Amino acid sequence: MIVSLFITCYTDLMFPQTGRAVVKVLERLGHNVEFRNSQTCCGQMHSNTGYASEATSLMRRFAGTFTDAEAVCVPSSSCVATIRTQYPKLAAETGNIALMAQVESLIPRVFEFSEFLTRHLGVDDVGAYYPHHVTYHPSCHGLRALQLGDAPYRLLKNVRGLDLIDLPQKEDCCGFGGTFAVKNADTSAAMLSDKVRSILDTGAELCVATDNSCLMHIFGALHRERTGVKTAHIAEVLAATEAEPFA
Amino acid sequence: MSIRIAQTKSARPFPEAAREAIQDTQLRHNVRRATNTIRTKRANMVAEMPDWQQLRESGRAIKRHVLRYLDLYLEQFEQGVTRAGGHVHWAQDADEARQIIRDLIAQHNAHEVIKVKTMTSDEIELNSYLQANGITPYETDLADLIIQLGEDYPSHIVVPALHKNRAQIEQIFSKRMPLKEMGIDHLTSDPNALADTARRYLRERFLRVKVAISGANYAIAETGSLVVVESEGNGRMCLTLPDVLISLVGIEKIIPSFQDLEVFLQMLARSATGERMSPYTSVWTGVNPDDGPKEFHVVLLDNGRANVLADDQGRQALHCIRCAACLNACPVYSHTGGHAYGSVYPGPIGAILTPQLLELNGARSLPYASSLCGACYEACPVMINIPEVLIHLRTKVVQSEKDSLLGGLSIENLAMKSALHLFEHPELLESAYCLARIGQGPLVENGVLPYVPGMTQWTRTRDLVAVPPQSFREWWRTRDSRNESTRDAA
Repeated sequence: MIVSLFITCYTDLMFPQTGRAVVKVLERLGHNVEFRNSQTCCGQMHSNTGYASEATSLMRRFAGTFTDAEAVCVPSSSCVATIRTQYPKLAAETGNIALMAQVESLIPRVFEFSEFLTRHLGVDDVGAYYPHHVTYHPSCHGLRALQLGDAPYRLLKNVRGLDLIDLPQKEDCCGFGGTFAVKNADTSAAMLSDKVRSILDTGAELCVATDNSCLMHIFGALHRERTGVKTAHIAEVLAATEAEPFA
Repeated sequence: MSIRIAQTKSARPFPEAAREAIQDTQLRHNVRRATNTIRTKRANMVAEMPDWQQLRESGRAIKRHVLRYLDLYLEQFEQGVTRAGGHVHWAQDADEARQIIRDLIAQHNAHEVIKVKTMTSDEIELNSYLQANGITPYETDLADLIIQLGEDYPSHIVVPALHKNRAQIEQIFSKRMPLKEMGIDHLTSDPNALADTARRYLRERFLRVKVAISGANYAIAETGSLVVVESEGNGRMCLTLPDVLISLVGIEKIIPSFQDLEVFLQMLARSATGERMSPYTSVWTGVNPDDGPKEFHVVLLDNGRANVLADDQGRQALHCIRCAACLNACPVYSHTGGHAYGSVYPGPIGAILTPQLLELNGARSLPYASSLCGACYEACPVMINIPEVLIHLRTKVVQSEKDSLLGGLSIENLAMKSALHLFEHPELLESAYCLARIGQGPLVENGVLPYVPGMTQWTRTRDLVAVPPQSFREWWRTRDSRNESTRDAA
């Protein structure tokens, strides 16, 4: 299968290792990965902050870039949630029938990384090896908008050597919420403080998630407080093998 | 028309009020404890319902239908009330409703009224208005009594005094009740003692006062009946003991038929208090010569609801059955409590309802008082897609900002425009990344940015990940063996 990678804007710039990990896992499973250079951002930041017309422009770009893709794999739940739940509305508001049809036909071919592996490819064991204590934070969009359910857990449980520790109050938001983190910085920080405490309570060395946005937020506090606990996108753990530990 | 929603006039923007609330240790403890308890109870009660999702869908379907035909159902309701010997009054806004109620009380030369918990009366600030007009209102719901005696505001839709613990309640009672006259020498913070004290304080008023004011959970169009669901029995007393009953009801409280209660009564108590049923469900229709009040008035209140109804995306806020499950589920609410919202309707539902009732005036920060985590939507028994409406309202806020000269030049607007420009020109991305790396240079410490000028709202409490030397797209371009699979879809 030719899998088209939508890296997402912030992962491209801030977390390139996640993209490399996604490529590594998909290629290990025998798929061809392609990267289309005209891709940029799904428009989530604009849309969620109230800039709908700007988000619509970015939706057009996304739809144009991937319109003939066999499958689009995205290492970010919240971007996929934007595409699935907000694009149909944004497209409808343009009144452009062709755009609405283009978006409608593309959406079923867009997958979050962990659901792509487990539900679309039917793979729970990607042959990874990662001998560490890990806890998983189900990001709000993965949990509620995409209903990822046990998909990430199945993938992690099949990683050899990995000790998966359940995160207390795991369904509580970390307080990121895009521009919420700066518009309501104090509330956001208070929510983050609870999340950090839960993570520390697990004793895990690493907190993983399907979203680098939440992880960037969580890492910000884990590092500020010198907890020594790290964060990584789930793809980075799944990319690791005995022969090639993922760095 | 003057639409007013209690507290909003004097309210500070949410971020400012929240900053203060977050530093209130006692408030944080009380709110966290209470919301955690109700959340757990609700989860258990919902889990035992195999058809919960179908019930939610039914609830939403009924509410959607009612809103579609609200004019017809309201007329049907009016006919039902009149047929049963009651009187219907229409109030376009808070001022009209308050005048109608005051005049009705004056007609009976009454100087005091008993009240059963009604958010709608809090919405129109009825108590302070009555007091200013020489009428003393007595709240009879325990939590509302605490709020009234403490000269406080409700902070929750179902549990208005949730921000107070029993020690604080004991202090309020000791200070504001004539304990000696009531034969109580020393009050303790034991919940039973507190409840008993409130009971003694109220009982005498239930028997004396001749006019009662209630709200309603549901107004049944088919029969002209009203329904009040409550836990303490104070409602039952207010609805049955006085000579005159005045019920203030928002126009969105209509349901078509008695049969529809089947859906809502299964969901309300489970969602609100984590109980299968509330201890008291009172249903009444007009007046009965042998029992209950001799005179019955319904005041149907608009106060901005018609504005909400006119918005096809926002109108789902009118589905709300005031269970407050969204408040208890909300991580923002559970950290700030209700007062930070500066609106009689706090929490996620308040963040979408109040700005719509007020057409954004004085409530522009509320649609942003959410991380869009979606816990509210998941908990809502009538499936109000709160995150969707929040985004819709944010778009309205931004649009009105853009329309003003200053707003168009705001830092946020310019930043969003620049980001869009960059994302529309992927060929510029790598140069922009390069600039970011150069710009961050002097700020990087230990692999992160502990301080970034202009981004202190982030860096005050969190380190920022540094931009790494190579972006994904740069890595992909330089991956020799894979170059052939790169293609441009433009």
